[in-house]
Amino acid sequence: MATTASTSSPVRIKRRSSAHYRLRRRVRKGALGVLILLVLAYTLFPYYWAIVSSTKQGAELYTTAFLPALNFSYYRQLFDNPVFMGSLLNSVFVATGTTVVSLALGIVSAYALGRLDFPQKRVVLMAILMISIFPQVAVLSGMFELINALGLYNRPSALIVTYLLSTVPFTTWILTTFIREFPRELEEAALIDGCSHFRILTRILLPLMGPSLASTGILAFILAWNEFLFALTFMLTDENKTVPVAIGLIGRTTRYEYPFGQIMAASVTVTLPLIIVVLIFQRRIVAGLTAGAVKG
Amino acid sequence: MSAKLARREHRTAWLFLTPLVVVMLMVAVWPLGRTFFFSFTDAYLDDPAVYGMVGISNFIEVINDPAWWSAVRNTLTFAVISVAIETLLGLGIALLLNEAIPGRGLLRAAILVPWAIPVVVATKIWEWMLNDQFGVFNRILISLGLIDHGIAWTASSSLIMGVVIFIDVWMTTPFMVLLILAGLQTIPGEMMEAAEVDGIPAWKRFWSITLPLLKPAIGVAVLFRSLDAIRMFDLAYVLAASNQNVMTVSIYARDRLISFQELGVGSAASTWVFLLVALVAIILIGALRLDRSAGE
Amino acid sequence: MASIALSSVTKTYGTHTVIRGVDLDIADGEFVVFVGPSGCGKSTLLRIVAGLVPASSGQVLIDGEEVTDVPASKRGVAFVFQSYALYPHMSVERNIGFALETMRLGKDAVRRKVETVARMLKVDHLLARRPRELSGGQRQRVAIGRALVREPEIFLFDEPLSNLDSDLRMEMRIEIARLHEDIKTTMVYVTHDQAEAMTLADRIVVLNQGSIEQVGTPLELYQSPVNRFVAGFIGSPRMNFADLAAGSGTNGFALPAGFLVDGGQPTSVGVRPEALSIVAAGAGRMDGILERVEDLGHEHFAYIRLSDETIWVVRVAGRPPAERRNQLVGLSFADADIFVFDGEGKRIAHRSSSALPEGVPAEGRLLHER
Repeated sequence: MATTASTSSPVRIKRRSSAHYRLRRRVRKGALGVLILLVLAYTLFPYYWAIVSSTKQGAELYTTAFLPALNFSYYRQLFDNPVFMGSLLNSVFVATGTTVVSLALGIVSAYALGRLDFPQKRVVLMAILMISIFPQVAVLSGMFELINALGLYNRPSALIVTYLLSTVPFTTWILTTFIREFPRELEEAALIDGCSHFRILTRILLPLMGPSLASTGILAFILAWNEFLFALTFMLTDENKTVPVAIGLIGRTTRYEYPFGQIMAASVTVTLPLIIVVLIFQRRIVAGLTAGAVKG
Repeated sequence: MSAKLARREHRTAWLFLTPLVVVMLMVAVWPLGRTFFFSFTDAYLDDPAVYGMVGISNFIEVINDPAWWSAVRNTLTFAVISVAIETLLGLGIALLLNEAIPGRGLLRAAILVPWAIPVVVATKIWEWMLNDQFGVFNRILISLGLIDHGIAWTASSSLIMGVVIFIDVWMTTPFMVLLILAGLQTIPGEMMEAAEVDGIPAWKRFWSITLPLLKPAIGVAVLFRSLDAIRMFDLAYVLAASNQNVMTVSIYARDRLISFQELGVGSAASTWVFLLVALVAIILIGALRLDRSAGE
Repeated sequence: MASIALSSVTKTYGTHTVIRGVDLDIADGEFVVFVGPSGCGKSTLLRIVAGLVPASSGQVLIDGEEVTDVPASKRGVAFVFQSYALYPHMSVERNIGFALETMRLGKDAVRRKVETVARMLKVDHLLARRPRELSGGQRQRVAIGRALVREPEIFLFDEPLSNLDSDLRMEMRIEIARLHEDIKTTMVYVTHDQAEAMTLADRIVVLNQGSIEQVGTPLELYQSPVNRFVAGFIGSPRMNFADLAAGSGTNGFALPAGFLVDGGQPTSVGVRPEALSIVAAGAGRMDGILERVEDLGHEHFAYIRLSDETIWVVRVAGRPPAERRNQLVGLSFADADIFVFDGEGKRIAHRSSSALPEGVPAEGRLLHER
């Protein structure tokens, strides 16, 4: 070590008094706190403002009062409006149907991709990834024809078919990464006992995959619930539209009396369930989102 | 494993994948193929069965249309600027969330709110907040004395692209934050502590350790977001319908296809969109690969 | 070169207290080892010294200067981690020299220093490699090199050898000991392995539940532990204990009259395995059934059941009496080898015991008691 010491004198660290650093740490902590508040305001204020606006009536709406007026007549109007309620039901039907079908397809495919060995596995995975980056508009004309051929034009169930384009690759991909995380020993024991792969999937893996299915399902549901392009294009009449389209088209025709109060009430209504579910399943959703991306 | 057993496993795997393959052929491959096919015809949407083959004239018609090139410009401008801002903002918020400070659990939950809100709803909320007369945004700016009368953010042709980017950044930064945060959490804490003890200043710790190790995570996030941004449809459509200043390639293609009923030309435009997305995907994936192999 | 002083240092996380008022002085150039069971707070205490964890209260002094709130980067200490914590995207050379990059030494000077250190640690042929291409032992050498190159005033080690297999652990232990002899820098070393503590330390600090149980040289801790915890923790195999029934005796063994120097309430006794020898039943001070014999070649252990709950281990140098398995045997030991403890686990002096460590130098004395 004498050799190292002789190359130069030891490097002395310049340091100030302990109190200086204490102050600096406090300042830093305070600054980070302020930043957190700013980001909170940035992410939450718009939705809060939608809630506030949706409970203000008439001229109140045009004031800048930051507290909600708690007048729910917009909501009452909304719930008395059969067209809006109809589109809400359509959305629930379409999103639920899409979720169920894509989870079922996803789990079966994920088992093959995550657990079984076959030479073309990489090709299949790449194909799934490629389909998931298809621009929806690129399949619009073919999809139009498909729906007509199935006799589903202007029927909400048509949307379930079209949404599979984006949800199935997504659920397959995420469930594959989830399935790979389970220890193989679980099924090896069952395989030795002569269990078929189908039984292994339904009797051993499926009961364990509740949380994974929940988070994947929520993500697929949100994807389907929020979809706009197909819903706009394939549903012709008002009573078959989904909620995003219904909201998107409010006020399109009447440029002057723009009914912002009602729009805000509708916006809050269709978003609140999602936000509640997302907050409850926060951790699982983050796990699902990142599981899908990390592998990419 | 014997060859016979292996073959049996391959067969089982494909059996499990059959539903996926059938559905993907139906909703992805076939519609895409039909879109390609229609690109070479002069079909109209009201009766797709009647058509003649016109070669590549539809493709030429699209690239001779100045509106198409303006849509390409808009799309690329939107994609580059919004993804750049989202990446920087996402990185900043992810770093903030990675600090051990009170309030970060709350922030982690809050960050999911803009992500869970449907695009249409988010657009409507911001449209209301940015309203020239009654919008809270203008009110706040006026009360701060920054402007003396409300700015028509969404009506002005020079501002509308900025507004679209702004809203997109608000909605999709959470996704960036989550992916980058997942990347940050794979960096071992002891390694950052080692650098700290070794007297490495904070900026150099970030620049020479955190950032290089985050590169793969950021790369994947940028890839996903860029491909999303290039096919963007709903935000600009809901905010500005067919306003030339924010018309994206997806809106252009759908307009030709649905509004003008030109199945042939519309399909050609859709095919161009597909090729554009594919091109960007190839460039970005190539860059990611290159970067990764350089890191080996 | 620097001394370290801790005074009334505490650390709490919420309502959970990890360090409960620790006072400790470490002299310049000393090699001090923190030992204790997992969760005793030894790593936390080391991190407080490094500045990686802020103390909740109390003071940390380095070379007499108060540094309680000085961040780790300004303390001039080096830290070697259990996980090595090497930068995966940098070559070995850059890993070692990274801290020097900000010191404005010039490229050549940095390279010279890195090479010197690498040669010293025998990793000079690996300079171009990435950490993942190295073996565990090589990674640990690089980690030590990274600490060494800055010529810090204080070296801190947090279980640096725990991830190595036992041969390599022994080898690295000797190298660390030699390193300390060479550079004579103050070193603080955390381990749960009492063999590492005994062989490396000038002084050992035994920690338990966030408090110091005893500070002393390895021999002091071995010969005169202040309480049952230290007696049990230092020494391998651990000391045998037996409760004294109603304060008087166990299995035919009772403390001789007038054995204790100044009274106290004896509730248990302990004898180290190496102080016991096996004799014929009735010929020793206690009797028990010889249940099991373990033959490790160079040493042998006999397990003797004294009661339903109590098995004592005997270390014998010669061949153990395997033929007497499941038979009653006697155990003999000298008065001087008996450790007597009171109800709170404190050791009570007796007429043949080594003195309780009252006379040890001030810095070695137990400064804090629970």
